[in-house]
Amino acid sequence: MISDITGRQKKNRTGILLFQAATLAGIFALIVLLYSVINESFGYVAIQDEHPIEEFGITSEKIEDLQRAQLIEILEQNISKGLIHRFEFEKPFSQRSTEEIFGIVLDKVVNPQVVRAWSLASSIFQREKIRDETRTEYPGARLEFRSWISFRFLFSAQSSIPEKTGIKTALIGSFFIIGIAIITAIPLGVGTAIYLEEYSKLNRFNNLIQVNIYNLAGIPSIIYGMLGLAVFVRGLEPLTSGLIFNAAQDSASNGRTILSAGLTLGILVLPIIIINAQEAIRGVPRSLRFSSFGIGATKWQTIWHHVLPYSMDRILTGSILAISRALGETAPLIVVGASTFVAKQPSSVFSKFTALPIQIYQWTARPQPEFRKVAAAAIIVLLILLLTLNAGAIILRNRYAKKKKRW
Amino acid sequence: MRSLFGIAREKNELGKKLRMGEILIRGVLTFFAVLSVSITVGIVYILAVESARFFSSGEVTIKEFITSLKWQPVIRQFGILPLFNSTILTSFIAMLVAGPLGVFAAIYLSEYASDKFRSRVKPTLEVLAGIPTIVYGYFALTFITPFLRSIFGVNTVDIYNTAAAGIAMGILIFPMIASMSEDAMNAVPHGLREAAYGLGATKLEVSIGVVVPAAVSGILAAFVMGLSRAVGETMIVALAAGAGSALTLNPFKSAETMTGYIARISGGDIGFDTMDYNSIFAIGMVLFFLTLMLNIISQKFVRKFREKYE
Repeated sequence: MISDITGRQKKNRTGILLFQAATLAGIFALIVLLYSVINESFGYVAIQDEHPIEEFGITSEKIEDLQRAQLIEILEQNISKGLIHRFEFEKPFSQRSTEEIFGIVLDKVVNPQVVRAWSLASSIFQREKIRDETRTEYPGARLEFRSWISFRFLFSAQSSIPEKTGIKTALIGSFFIIGIAIITAIPLGVGTAIYLEEYSKLNRFNNLIQVNIYNLAGIPSIIYGMLGLAVFVRGLEPLTSGLIFNAAQDSASNGRTILSAGLTLGILVLPIIIINAQEAIRGVPRSLRFSSFGIGATKWQTIWHHVLPYSMDRILTGSILAISRALGETAPLIVVGASTFVAKQPSSVFSKFTALPIQIYQWTARPQPEFRKVAAAAIIVLLILLLTLNAGAIILRNRYAKKKKRW
Repeated sequence: MRSLFGIAREKNELGKKLRMGEILIRGVLTFFAVLSVSITVGIVYILAVESARFFSSGEVTIKEFITSLKWQPVIRQFGILPLFNSTILTSFIAMLVAGPLGVFAAIYLSEYASDKFRSRVKPTLEVLAGIPTIVYGYFALTFITPFLRSIFGVNTVDIYNTAAAGIAMGILIFPMIASMSEDAMNAVPHGLREAAYGLGATKLEVSIGVVVPAAVSGILAAFVMGLSRAVGETMIVALAAGAGSALTLNPFKSAETMTGYIARISGGDIGFDTMDYNSIFAIGMVLFFLTLMLNIISQKFVRKFREKYE
């Protein structure tokens, strides 16, 4: 074996190829994952009108050619009295523009529905086939290129119709929840890190705290959800549902509120924040502390005026990373009791909640293929948010790094 | 504790009395630190209390819980084995994907890659680890499953199956295993490699024959850590592995895992103190101790490795 040099060299070369392939497989997986999401977010849709506009003798869709009276008549004949009253109540028809009324007619009477949706890849490479299929299978339907992610998608509330649904309630829910998680976890986490690095002496008790924090970081997130369910939702229900503040939003929430969800995620990211902050504080040069003590500062003055400012960049970077972890967490929110359908946007921390990842989960779990497209669009929004957070962390770090040179 | 019993006598390193504010701040910070311990205590307490309710309901004994082969709460069958089995099955598939890939990539990054290549690839792999698991769940259900079905046939592969969930999980934990293993390989002293080169070994022989054995406890630590992640992973299995327990070793069949069951049951509106509610805590208890055990084993390996080289 030792003498077979060419054989060994050949093996050596295959080895390199194998190792290189394994590394590239990771990058390939990332590309395929992004592709599969983007592929579903855009593409042709076949739209069929429930009552095509031509049925009503309207031949042109130009606003100038429309007759107000005719449009109102169409509305009165085709939608329920109750609905007309609701529109009248919101804003009388006499005050609405023709354009607005036409919008209502399109939405409620013509009622265009997506009957079939295609992926981006097939929209690009099989355009002819899609046209043929639409012509044969859905006569009367028109083909449109649709981006499932749009401004309307970002700013509309949840709906049971895939092409009308949006992520507004989910986004607001996510921001509320993350806000509460930040408010609780960052002071607690940084405080614990300061204690462990600056105050604690080497003894069994402090060692226990340290080991405990490392173990907490390894507990599955769903277990934190169960802790939240038992403690915040059930045990502290009067607090988390807002009963003791007389601020309960809806009696149905039963403690399954934004507050419970936020506190649960706060606890979940606490170990990450502590570990990062500890590393940051450990990186502060000892000389800095000694010079502060040397001019007579107390321990807390030294920490507050020197140790914390010096390590702030790394503490913040660590915290941002922890927040981006919280933003994508789904399992604990399900266990704490995210609502399946929240059409009304949350007004306070005692409201029922949904969040962006919860929406993605629910839309993905639905059987209709159109909801998969909506889920893909929501995933893109989530990934963009995470990317922004991470980019923010990097910018922050660079900015502070420049400042640090002055120390 | 001293601050509680002897506030007035508290002294600093110079033997001077501490100021009131300093003592107060220290007290608050100590309280914060103790609070972090109370999280663990809280988790264990809640899991224990609710599980105790589950077992004292008279509908299931601990023996049945461990040995019975059926998990069907509707007909009062509470044997954890089917759920446990599919958790192990998905985790095993994940390790099958992430283990070899992770170690190979680690060897490449630590032994072969140029600094430039490494500095570009490592952040990319970190991106992969930072993507929320719900996205992997989507990926498993809408991409991997159709892919498997087109290869093995629609009749062989269920719409929900453990193979797709396992593969997606493998991609998720691959960067972690690669990064931890690479750290271990980097810590192997250069003298070992140079000695092997001096004896005429090729680069492959040095990597496989010297570096990997020298870093083996670090690599094992990464494996066990990855396994722990896989066991506790929820969203991928909740979306892709299917609902309803099944005792099967066929990776193409649908089978609910422990975490999948917890997510599904708590996702519906469950009433407190029902068998459903209590059962998720009994399963949570098993899950908690399983992952805790794995994490402790992993830390043991890391410590062993550090003692050797650092």
